Amino acid sequence: MQLNFQRLAALIRKESIQILRDRRFILLFLGLTIVQLFVYSYSASRSVYHMPMAVVDQSRDATSAAFVQALVNSQYFDVTMYLDDESQAKDAIDKGEVKAALIIPPHFAAEVDQRSANFLMLLDGSDQFAVRSGYSAVGLVAQNFGLQMSAENLALSGAVSSTNHTLPINTFAQVLYNPDMNDKWFVIPGIIGMILQTLAVEQAAIFLVRDREWGTMEQILATPVRQLELILSKLIPLSVLCLLTLGMSVALGIYWFGVPFRGNLFLYFWLALLFLASCLGLGLVISTRVATQFEAEASAMIFMLFGLLLTGLFYPRTGMPLVPQLIGDIAPLTYFLRISRGIYMKGVGLSFVWSDALILVLYTLIVVFISSKRFKMRLD
Amino acid sequence: MSAEPFTARNHELPILIQNLTKRFGDFTAVDNVSFNVQSGEVFGWLGPNGAGKTTTIRMLLGLIKPTSGNAFVLGFDSATQTKLVHANVGYMSQQFTLYSDLTAMQNIRFYGGVHGLSSDELRQRIAEIIRTAGLEGRENTLTGSLSGGWKQRLALGCAIVHHPKVVFLDEPTAGVDPISRRQFWELIYQMAKEGVTVLVTTHYMDEAELCQRVGFITGGKLVALDSVSQLKQTQMRGQVLEIGASDPEKAMRILKAAQLNGRIPFDEVALYGAQIHAVMPDAQKYKEAIQRLLMGEDVQVSSIERVAPTLEDVFISSVKAPAAIV
Amino acid sequence: MNQFAISAANLVKEFKVNKHVVTAVNGLSLQVAPGETFGLIGPDGAGKTTTTRVILGLLSRTSGESSVLGFDSMNDMYQIRERVGYIAQQFSLPPNLTVMENMLFFAGVHSVDAEEQKKRIPELLAFAGLSEFSNRLAGKLSGGMKKKLALACSLIHEPQVVMLDEPTLGVDPVSRREFWNLLGNLRAEKGLTIFICTPYMDEAERCTRVGLIYEGKLIVDDSPANIKRVIPGHLLEFTPSDFSSALKLCNEMNGVLEVQTYGEKLHVFVDDVLKCKTQIEDALASQGIAYDHLREIEVRMEEAFISLIRRQKESVEQNEMIGEVR
Ligand SMILES: Nc1ncnc2c1ncn2[C@@H]1O[C@H](COP(=O)(O)OP(=O)(O)OP(=O)(O)O)[C@@H](O)[C@H]1O
Ligand SMILES: Nc1ncnc2c1ncn2[C@@H]1O[C@H](COP(=O)(O)OP(=O)(O)OP(=O)(O)O)[C@@H](O)[C@H]1O
Ligand SMILES: [Mg+2]
Ligand SMILES: [Mg+2]
Repeated sequence: MQLNFQRLAALIRKESIQILRDRRFILLFLGLTIVQLFVYSYSASRSVYHMPMAVVDQSRDATSAAFVQALVNSQYFDVTMYLDDESQAKDAIDKGEVKAALIIPPHFAAEVDQRSANFLMLLDGSDQFAVRSGYSAVGLVAQNFGLQMSAENLALSGAVSSTNHTLPINTFAQVLYNPDMNDKWFVIPGIIGMILQTLAVEQAAIFLVRDREWGTMEQILATPVRQLELILSKLIPLSVLCLLTLGMSVALGIYWFGVPFRGNLFLYFWLALLFLASCLGLGLVISTRVATQFEAEASAMIFMLFGLLLTGLFYPRTGMPLVPQLIGDIAPLTYFLRISRGIYMKGVGLSFVWSDALILVLYTLIVVFISSKRFKMRLD
Repeated sequence: MSAEPFTARNHELPILIQNLTKRFGDFTAVDNVSFNVQSGEVFGWLGPNGAGKTTTIRMLLGLIKPTSGNAFVLGFDSATQTKLVHANVGYMSQQFTLYSDLTAMQNIRFYGGVHGLSSDELRQRIAEIIRTAGLEGRENTLTGSLSGGWKQRLALGCAIVHHPKVVFLDEPTAGVDPISRRQFWELIYQMAKEGVTVLVTTHYMDEAELCQRVGFITGGKLVALDSVSQLKQTQMRGQVLEIGASDPEKAMRILKAAQLNGRIPFDEVALYGAQIHAVMPDAQKYKEAIQRLLMGEDVQVSSIERVAPTLEDVFISSVKAPAAIV
Repeated sequence: MNQFAISAANLVKEFKVNKHVVTAVNGLSLQVAPGETFGLIGPDGAGKTTTTRVILGLLSRTSGESSVLGFDSMNDMYQIRERVGYIAQQFSLPPNLTVMENMLFFAGVHSVDAEEQKKRIPELLAFAGLSEFSNRLAGKLSGGMKKKLALACSLIHEPQVVMLDEPTLGVDPVSRREFWNLLGNLRAEKGLTIFICTPYMDEAERCTRVGLIYEGKLIVDDSPANIKRVIPGHLLEFTPSDFSSALKLCNEMNGVLEVQTYGEKLHVFVDDVLKCKTQIEDALASQGIAYDHLREIEVRMEEAFISLIRRQKESVEQNEMIGEVR
């Protein structure tokens, strides 16, 4: 299939003018990206901060007070009441007055010195977010507190319990790459990928359909324009737009949300381009199947849902049953997510993400092949 | 054409336009136009491309706001009482606006439903419209795959599904075959008989002859407004000679040349079907000369006689042609 | 290589609609020689658009052969598209490009070099009467102006063949003449082959050959003069004061072969002019119907079309009846 550059240039010029002329579209494109970044990164922070906490301090010494203060300083807990015993604390949780209750046994200071301190944290198990946040927060705080308390690596063991059972903690999880457990660090590289996938799939799906709905397709088909030229003329301006969006999002991530970029920016952009190609190709496949803009948008929305739920963006894929996992495999985001987090957060190189990159290459080839087979240079 | 004051009597007119002006930026699409249409009248709204016909209709429907002046439909102000206007009028737009991905029947049902027809009425209207549009057997065809002429017929049906009192038809017969065109006009007259007021635009001058009154608009300005027979008297600058020739194209070239070098003072020479219509101040005087001229160039003249001007002659005479290279 | 600019043999195109098959083109054959102007006419939904699309390779064909300039419609579609100018019936240009951007776009995809563009674009814009609107968005042009822009865009690459599907839909009478003059000039100067579908019978009159398509089949294929000659009888025209009574009167009269309406005029086909003219005059007078301009006129394509289609319908119905009897 021969490419004629004058034709391609004319087509790209047309598409670019059409994109640039549509101010609303540009605003929407960029505006939506920013809004999504903010909304998702704040709301998707699954940590629950400022949980109301009851304190039963049977020790009442300087160490126990310091420990309570450390918990408050962590921002995860707010002390809202002081109670006398464990049963009262359980009552308060049952009534929903507090989400957590800290029970410090007598002689806390002495036990800390003996490196055998115990305390009990009761958490409201009906609120899984509270449990998770409180659980990890209290562990961290206790560890740090212990480190602070004693220069010679004072070990402190704590016991954590939900209302139903008590769990002694013997090992501390150490959080790599994200020592403060800052959720944004985890979420932002993923969200950037999701935004790009949504935009690219949706716009590519709409672009062909729009020409068909406007009736301009028949007239364009009657010119000597080749299939490849037509497809490229849709994809190139969109890719440029998507890359700009990507750049903006990464910049926002670094400078506004303070998520450090650890890896090779150059590699990241190349792989992002590959990811975009697969998304745009997927959009083209969709657009060869749908008849109206509405259908195209609806199909793209489904992919956005996939992106949210099944790609591992918010919910880990490892725990998923097979079918949702397989469905998630259809979304390019699944692969880019690993690449993105790898390069972005871990700073790994190509040698670590090559398998996902290879899948994306294959993916792109497959969708472009399907769409070029399905997209006939005819009306029927 | 001066604006009448807004009185109770005007209020009863189905269509009333007063000093209507529409500007897009510094381009004036409709320029201080005033006219009215009587109840049960079929009014032809004619003019060359870009004259402002559709823009006028859009203002009457309240789809766009006038820059100045007023438009009233059935006494409702189109700009402020748009909902009331819409409830009582039917509109067939120039551009195809039905849903391509619905079937013919679903489109009728949709438009009937929008206008609040009961399901019984709707069933009856669907049958009627399918029949008048000649779409029997195509009820369940997707509208998008109907042929151009059928789309027009369906669009007309959808515009009148709710028995509107005033109907705006913007080039209803564009792309419709000669037989269906006649049926369209029978339908229009049927409606007019039932008291419906019709404002129609068309580029077929033979159809426009059927209107009781016509308005000519060009460059946004109303240039003539009268009955067809009156216009033929007042707007024609010359007399029309109809010439039947063996080779009309060649005859045209000869006559054009004669017009250019001033041998015969034609106002206009144009092909009219297979005949030639030549407009000049005194047809009788030049008849012989024309015949001789054509014979001299080996063109047989089968007939040459003065005829009453058609509306097409009037149109060309009263509407100056836009600049052209040919 | 065949010597025809456009040819089709036993062309069939079927659409599958809700499981049953619609045959839009049913064994159609036609040939258009270079330099000819071929007009395809027919009732709504007869298959004109489908035929044009299949020949151009925009639709796949079900069976049969078709080619343009010797290139097969299916296999060499790009060769065809490089050499042909096409206007779709439901033409719509990218509405958010300006007039000029549209011209540049079509020039670009047709690989017109910059020099040529500089020369042709202003010419074509002037022809379309759009010179002063070159910066207006195409979507904001009036309906007829859009169509004229489409015409201009389809001629930008100086095609050898143009296939025009109702190109003058919504174009005003004056511009329509200019358009035909332009086509005439291109034919004379460059030997342009023209294939045109049209609902305007006066345009059909200007073709060198006309094909009448009916339910997907070409039932007549001849020069306009020959087609008109086939229509039996002579044609009388007059304008009655009471249209419907006069119509009824003539329909019942002896020696009247067919009555058609044309605007406010009646067209009566009679076997004997002298006999029937007095007969009609007497009958009208006795009924007290006034009339104007009663005269014999030449049969035009408009009358021929209606007559041909009527007779075709009748013969189809008759055949069906015969079929049922058997
Ligand atoms: N939204 C708009 N913005 C700018 N100009 C406009 C707009 N709508 C219409 N026009 C211009 O106003 C003029 C009148 O347009 P209109 O559609 O009323 O013409 P018309 O008489 O209906 O012509 P036609 O016979 O071709 O349909 C045209 O020059 C058109 O380009
Ligand atoms: N995409 C399609 N799917 C199904 N049927 C179709 C399709 N396109 C056309 N048809 C049918 O084919 C027939 C011929 O349609 P076509 O558009 O060729 O008619 P036409 O002669 O151009 O009529 P008009 O003068 O009204 O434009 C019609 O019955 C039409 O409904
Ligand atoms: Mg208009
Ligand atoms: Mg058609």
